[in-house]
Amino acid sequence: MTSDPPALAFDDITCRFAGRDGAPPYTAVANASLTVGAGEFVSVVGPTGCGKSTLLNVAAGLLAPSSGTISVFGERLVAAEGVNRRAGYMFQADALMPWRAGIDNVIAGLEFRGVPRAQALRQGEEWLRRVGLAGFGDRYPHQMSGGMRKRLALAQTLILSPDILLMDEPFSALDVQTRQLMENELLALWAVDRKSVLFITHDLEEAIALSDRVVVLSAGPGTRPIGDFRIDLPRPRDVSEIRMTPAFLDLHRVIWAAMKEEVLKAYKAQKAA
Amino acid sequence: MIRLRLLQFSVFAGLILLWHVVTKPGLIPAFYFEQDNRAAFFFGEPVKVFWVIVEWFTSLEIFPHLGVTLLETLLGFVIGSVAGLGIGLWLALSNTASAVMEPYIKGFNSMPRVVLAPIFAVWFGLGIWSKVALGVTLVFFVVFFNVYQGVREVSPTLLANARMLGASRRQLLRSIYLPSAMSWVFASLHNAVGLAFVGAVVGEYLGSAQGVGYLILQAEGTFDINTVFAGIIVLTAFALVLDAAVGVVERRLMTWQPKASETEKV
Repeated sequence: MTSDPPALAFDDITCRFAGRDGAPPYTAVANASLTVGAGEFVSVVGPTGCGKSTLLNVAAGLLAPSSGTISVFGERLVAAEGVNRRAGYMFQADALMPWRAGIDNVIAGLEFRGVPRAQALRQGEEWLRRVGLAGFGDRYPHQMSGGMRKRLALAQTLILSPDILLMDEPFSALDVQTRQLMENELLALWAVDRKSVLFITHDLEEAIALSDRVVVLSAGPGTRPIGDFRIDLPRPRDVSEIRMTPAFLDLHRVIWAAMKEEVLKAYKAQKAA
Repeated sequence: MIRLRLLQFSVFAGLILLWHVVTKPGLIPAFYFEQDNRAAFFFGEPVKVFWVIVEWFTSLEIFPHLGVTLLETLLGFVIGSVAGLGIGLWLALSNTASAVMEPYIKGFNSMPRVVLAPIFAVWFGLGIWSKVALGVTLVFFVVFFNVYQGVREVSPTLLANARMLGASRRQLLRSIYLPSAMSWVFASLHNAVGLAFVGAVVGEYLGSAQGVGYLILQAEGTFDINTVFAGIIVLTAFALVLDAAVGVVERRLMTWQPKASETEKV
């Protein structure tokens, strides 16, 4: 495995945004380097507003970094030449097309790739079943609950079978119970073919429960990774049970110690602003 | 619901009755005009108006005129909407074009466009096309501004998601921008059809050989106030029918939109 190029390699990435109305430019991410190995589940945690989503947008090829390079399985990704074709992206906000029924949302990606409709529908139904939405394909997004919409978005992303899965706090808007159900479902789906996952969250417990590695980011501006922790908890995991194990609590204590100072810094900065 | 309809109808009946009482010669003493047939001359009489309408429909005389007005309305609406949609999409997606065109669009929009009617009559003659042209200028801006707004306000997340799912520029246009803009177009549909109708009737009134506006113009020329009122009533009823038709189309095409306090039927 070590000889293979990593699924994602951020090399000295800096993202600077032009200030609006004459404000000084804002450096969201500074000199960040990070790798996600093939088949690895990596979570990135950090205080709110520290530029986590910026990193993900760079990995998706939606945003060109001001400096530094990003490689996907060894190939350099240039945002100007298009998005990262090997990645699927699950957004924090609702990104379903409201004018398409559930099944048509799921097969949107296949449709864009020119897959014949009958075949796309067959695959779509299969994915609806896999995310527990069988029989809900004819409903429009507004007729579904928040949890159902997230599962639909998951099916929409996974149906293309991307090699890399980018997830931006996908479950942050859900209540605790639904969220744990979704986390377990995500782990079950991931266990089938072990994609590389870059999972962004501000919830340390969620990060530990899901991941092989947890990366801690510093407070913004100028975010960069300041800690990298291997999570060697046994799989398969049940996210609600694993939270009670001593090994989990130890990891939580160690990582939280690294994170705490940054969270306080971010809090102070926000209060001052 | 029945109670409401009953109340609505009694308002209508009351107004007609009032109209009848104050205009019928000899029914009540003249209180404003010197002679008691003057009120009927200026305001018409509901009974006579009614018989004019009945006569129009039984002799089938009205139908060619209604047909012409409807054709003008539909053409004005369709051409104006398509142009508004196309140009709205183009300007919303091209920053340079929208920056260049902005003052002209603003200017045309603030101009009272009904004054263009005589010019259109000169350009396109007294047939249906001068009326269609007037309808188009009225409909175009309503649709244009809605499309422009709709495209500008497409959620960036929705766009990013579609791009990540592999949509090309053309596919983005077809599956994100267009449906998003269409929902704004449908929001303005009632307005647009109404304006197309106004364009047709005003155009006819200013010079034509056919159409309900023409009937009104003719009757006015002979001081036949009853026929003028009959024309107005037919136009109103017709406008209501058009509006209802738009409502039906809207409900069929916009099923994906949440309605206020919608609950699932079990």
